[in-house]
Amino acid sequence: MRPADILSSLFPAGHQVTEAGGLLSGSGRLDPQTPVDVVGISGKTYPGVDEALALAGRILAIAERPDPSPLLFLVDSGSQRMSRRDELMGLSETLAHLAKALWRAEQAGHRTIGLLYGGSAAGAFIATALACGSLVALPGAWPEVMDLPSMARVTKLSLEVLKEKAAGTPVFAPGLDNLFATGAIAEIWDPARPLCDQLQALLAAPRDHDGRAGWGLERGGRVKAAAIARDVHRLALAHG
Amino acid sequence: MENLRYELSTTKTAGGTRAVGLVGVVASGNLEVLLERGEAPDRCVIDIATPAHGFAALWQAVTADFAARTAAGGLRITVNDGGARPDTAALRLAQGVRLMEKPE
Amino acid sequence: MTSPSPTRHSWYEELARGRLAHLLDPGGFTEFLGPERREFSPHLGLFNLPHQLDDGIIVGSGRLDGRPVLAAAQEGRFMGGAIGEVHGAKLTGLLRAARQLKRDVLILFDTGGVRLQEANAGELAISEIIRATLEARAEGVRVVGLLGGRAGCYGGGGLIAGCCSALVISEQGRLSVSGPEVIETNKGVEEFDSRDRALVWRTMGGKHRYLIGGVDLFVDDDVAAFRAGAVAALERPAVLDQAVLVAEQARLERRLARFGDAADGAEVWARLGVPHPAAVPDLDTAAFLTIATSKREGADAAR
Repeated sequence: MRPADILSSLFPAGHQVTEAGGLLSGSGRLDPQTPVDVVGISGKTYPGVDEALALAGRILAIAERPDPSPLLFLVDSGSQRMSRRDELMGLSETLAHLAKALWRAEQAGHRTIGLLYGGSAAGAFIATALACGSLVALPGAWPEVMDLPSMARVTKLSLEVLKEKAAGTPVFAPGLDNLFATGAIAEIWDPARPLCDQLQALLAAPRDHDGRAGWGLERGGRVKAAAIARDVHRLALAHG
Repeated sequence: MENLRYELSTTKTAGGTRAVGLVGVVASGNLEVLLERGEAPDRCVIDIATPAHGFAALWQAVTADFAARTAAGGLRITVNDGGARPDTAALRLAQGVRLMEKPE
Repeated sequence: MTSPSPTRHSWYEELARGRLAHLLDPGGFTEFLGPERREFSPHLGLFNLPHQLDDGIIVGSGRLDGRPVLAAAQEGRFMGGAIGEVHGAKLTGLLRAARQLKRDVLILFDTGGVRLQEANAGELAISEIIRATLEARAEGVRVVGLLGGRAGCYGGGGLIAGCCSALVISEQGRLSVSGPEVIETNKGVEEFDSRDRALVWRTMGGKHRYLIGGVDLFVDDDVAAFRAGAVAALERPAVLDQAVLVAEQARLERRLARFGDAADGAEVWARLGVPHPAAVPDLDTAAFLTIATSKREGADAAR
């Protein structure tokens, strides 16, 4: 689905979202009583320090508002921008700041919903889509940690061998199915049904503490994480 | 991965009271050795996992030498090999037993 | 780089277990899910790679200068300290306990980022760790990062570090999201020559990060110095609220405005007013701190 169609389907009561420099900004109405703030990355833009700061600034301004409007974060990005300048200026610190801004918005009463409709990779994925309180996706979204050819280069395996191994486990290769199986994505939405209904339903469900490891266990893609975290947590509490 | 197991007779029982000891790390040219107690006092069991296939004879020699020279009775030893040479493996096994003998 | 003094106990050269043993007060460390529990990665056999029994991270409880702390130390020599499913989950559980116990945390970073063989699990673990870190800080828990290991603090590790309440770094430490090789592979050697060690350190190394306000304390490559740094870092505030984040936004915007068109770390330092910027890499810790203290950008708890 293209951004214009996604926005129309999400906001039948109207929306006003603009794009500039690969970043989305604006708002929409789920219904006349329910405004929703919108930010996002579009056009497979690779966010660097400039983009991350622009997004964070907008999100912090929203967080400061006392009304509890949800915040929708639309995602179609590449990885973080890879450049000498971005690292020199502290991209790791700036992406962390963006993740903190999203967390702060959620803390302040603005539920943060990530809607992954295109790509998202590596550090950008962590700081945007994965930093939202809830993350949903549309079919055709393409989340990844690293593309397979690059992974093949780094692990010194042939692409064919890596693809063979990927056929047997969802734990490393790119793709929506794999990220869903490991617990990253709460729901894959149905583009044939109005997106506003699906967003309404999501907002009506209680916000969870971090349930992603539980989903990974249920779905079979990440079966140890929940128990390991729980065991360490309990052991630490028992130790006192 | 190749998994090897050696069940060895020993003449002397490992000293000390530590229940668990760990030496080394799994890295290129290195290995980790976990030592636990629970075998019979004249027996030492060594389980090895190694990514390098076909070196059973070398591991046989290292472990046999270790059991013959060291007070290792009663120990259950688990080795995760990162591709270490035999002399490094022998060193880590010896370091492990010395650690088990140290007061806690 | 400067050469070590004879009494120095190198943090860089130490194993994770050795760092913990000498950082914390003697005799009081209790490890959770230690190697004898055999909770290692289930994913490495597919790649014919050996596992490590603690999956490359030690988590547990101890004391620092008498003060109870939870601590985690990454072993950079095992798979470059890369974060996999179990490794990540151990840290997540520790941070959740920290929140509940209102106990401060020390994270001894030594990681290249996500472990590719378990990439999706590693990526998710990093997000879960970030969330748990922020939840702990919301309760006033201090989460202090120590950076000085062989693998650096790269990728998702760099993002976790950016969520800590305070960071301590040595000259050997490196902190970034994309590593030198990744930038070179993607953008070419003109953009970043990963074999140019001096460039790596001017861009993402401890001295640059300290001068630009990306970290809070700069210490010698010495376990005793890291211990003192950790003690000082635990005195810094942990509070993470709207005001702190707005202040962080302002300082990051100011940094970009001031230095965003600088071509190199040395140019950034020149603009900071550092005399003889080209000589900064050769300064020993004392000489460096003398200059840095008055010239650097600080974060002033806007972190």
